[in-house]
Amino acid sequence: MAQVTLRKVIKKYDEVQAVRGVDLDIADKEFIVLVGPSGCGKSTTLRMIAGLEEITGGDIAIGGNIVNDVPPKDRDIAMVFQNYALYPHMNVYENMSFGLKLKKTPKDEIDKRVRLAAGILDITELLDRKPKALSGGQRQRVAMGRAIVRDPKVFLFDEPLSNLDAKLRVQMRTEIKKVHQKVRTTTVYVTHDQVEAMTLADRVVVMNAGLIEQVGTPNDLYHTPATKFVAGFIGSPAMNFIPCQLEQAAGALRIRVNDKLSFPVPAERTARYTPHVGKPKLVLGLRPEHIIETRPHVEPNQHDFDMNIEVVEPMGMETLVYFTVNGVEICGRVNPNAGAAAARTMKLRADLSNMHLIDDTTGKVL
Amino acid sequence: MTNAAATADAPVRPAHYGSMSRDRRWAMRWSYFFLVLFAIFFLMPPFYMLLTSLKTSGEISAATNPWWVFDPTLENYIALLTKNEFLIFFRNSALVSVCVVSLTMVISVLAAFSLARMKFWGSATLATGVFLTYLVPDTLLFIPLFKMFAWFRDLTGIELINHWWTMIILYPTLSVPFATWIMIGYFASIPKELDEAALIDGASWFQTLTKIFIPVAMPGIIAAMIFSFTVSWAQFLYPLAFTTSSNELLLPVGIVTTLIKGDVFNWGQIMTGALLGAAPPLIIYAFLMDYYVAGLTAGATKG
Repeated sequence: MAQVTLRKVIKKYDEVQAVRGVDLDIADKEFIVLVGPSGCGKSTTLRMIAGLEEITGGDIAIGGNIVNDVPPKDRDIAMVFQNYALYPHMNVYENMSFGLKLKKTPKDEIDKRVRLAAGILDITELLDRKPKALSGGQRQRVAMGRAIVRDPKVFLFDEPLSNLDAKLRVQMRTEIKKVHQKVRTTTVYVTHDQVEAMTLADRVVVMNAGLIEQVGTPNDLYHTPATKFVAGFIGSPAMNFIPCQLEQAAGALRIRVNDKLSFPVPAERTARYTPHVGKPKLVLGLRPEHIIETRPHVEPNQHDFDMNIEVVEPMGMETLVYFTVNGVEICGRVNPNAGAAAARTMKLRADLSNMHLIDDTTGKVL
Repeated sequence: MTNAAATADAPVRPAHYGSMSRDRRWAMRWSYFFLVLFAIFFLMPPFYMLLTSLKTSGEISAATNPWWVFDPTLENYIALLTKNEFLIFFRNSALVSVCVVSLTMVISVLAAFSLARMKFWGSATLATGVFLTYLVPDTLLFIPLFKMFAWFRDLTGIELINHWWTMIILYPTLSVPFATWIMIGYFASIPKELDEAALIDGASWFQTLTKIFIPVAMPGIIAAMIFSFTVSWAQFLYPLAFTTSSNELLLPVGIVTTLIKGDVFNWGQIMTGALLGAAPPLIIYAFLMDYYVAGLTAGATKG
């Protein structure tokens, strides 16, 4: 049993506040991913859980015990570093068994655990090699092996895949997920890559400027972001943000983008949006996949409009089209056979049932 | 522009013009020219020592070609190696060097580890301070050291002057700062995550040092060892100033003071002694040169 609890955790470096009060409850055996742009405090948070950074304020508890002043070795955690941090003068076996040896674990017990972990990670034949003789992916496995062998309460991963090439990264991502399914241990994983975050996590924690923006399952974050930051951070290509106004005419709400372009608000959202009519800085958030080519069959809340396409990017499976509205570049994803061409007018369709209305003064999704 | 057009428009060059291999060949020729020049320049004195050590006193003072041995003899070697004094100098020097190297390494590895890794108040200033002490020349130090020794004798009654083992205390004043500086550079090049991993694995600071840092920094440690050995083996000023009795002398001073009697220079034996004295560092360098270079350049580039 190892829940991890963070209560109002603060980290200050001299004048700079890197982490500004983080509250987080991580359940036993849960896979949590901390994600955010660089400098958002995610790595600092992880290092505070590990005990590598002292906390300036708040409490951190592992398995119900407050560990604020407990040194890393007594926290029963294992960490995988971005640059693997394998001991270069030891072979794989020695690297994996180093922690157990320091704890004076009996030799046959060490051997059993190392071979078990090596089996899980498929590195048994590498056990007597030095790190120098391993490829990036193999080193990554050894680093994970070193963590698994110790059978800790919590696994901590600090951007473990950033040093790998794109193909290997995808492969190791699956590997990490498989390992977590075999060795069910509470895991905290830090990355700046939202795809990694979405694919690995039970729950994703989006951080920005030292604070948690939102905690939720990958699907929650994608479909119901709480803030403009989360909406823009999760998803690729990013969500379009179009400055707009909310007007009420003859009992119905309309989102007015400009003189020529406006859409009726979906009926089920009228009650939710009515209090915000006439607010000054509103933004319509619409993901690229909800701006598509026009089709004969019309679903509810879908509206067609004509637009002059500026740039076309064929991706094979789909084609990205770019155009400008109110000075903002907007991206849409259309069928490759829809005949999109640059500098030509195209009939597009906006799917407003998936829209978000954002108050740009507070950054909150309404 | 298409590829075909590019080839058609391109001027036809002579095959050798600006060719890499040609440039390289000339660079190599010049390199070898200067290397040979420098090698001759620097090897001339030891070569002359070798020639002179093989000559009799008569031949040395005779007006023959100094670059040739007409009547080679080993009598200088035999005389020196059977002379008890020379063997005492050699023993003194060897003992001092071994002790100084050990002492220096213990102090500088511990100092460098704490200065490079345990971020404590003033550690950066201290690290600079260590290097600054290295910049003080030994010619400035031996007079205050005399004073300190006199004061120490008045205080404790222990005489430090005119003992070969005093050098074991003196030489580290020269070797420790530089060795510490090398080790700080080397330790700093070890990624931070390595000690963090060790910390999480449950190692104490001391275990991190002995089980991770010392093995990983071995090239740097060997470089620092060679350096402190060279310092203590070749040091001339301190033993000259602090030792006088012939059985307390170290090799460099011993050769000079016992083989020069007034204005009579026993050149054959001086050269032989110098050559034999130069042998141990030479042998050590020859075997550990690669480590030495790796250690000295470690701080420069992050490897």
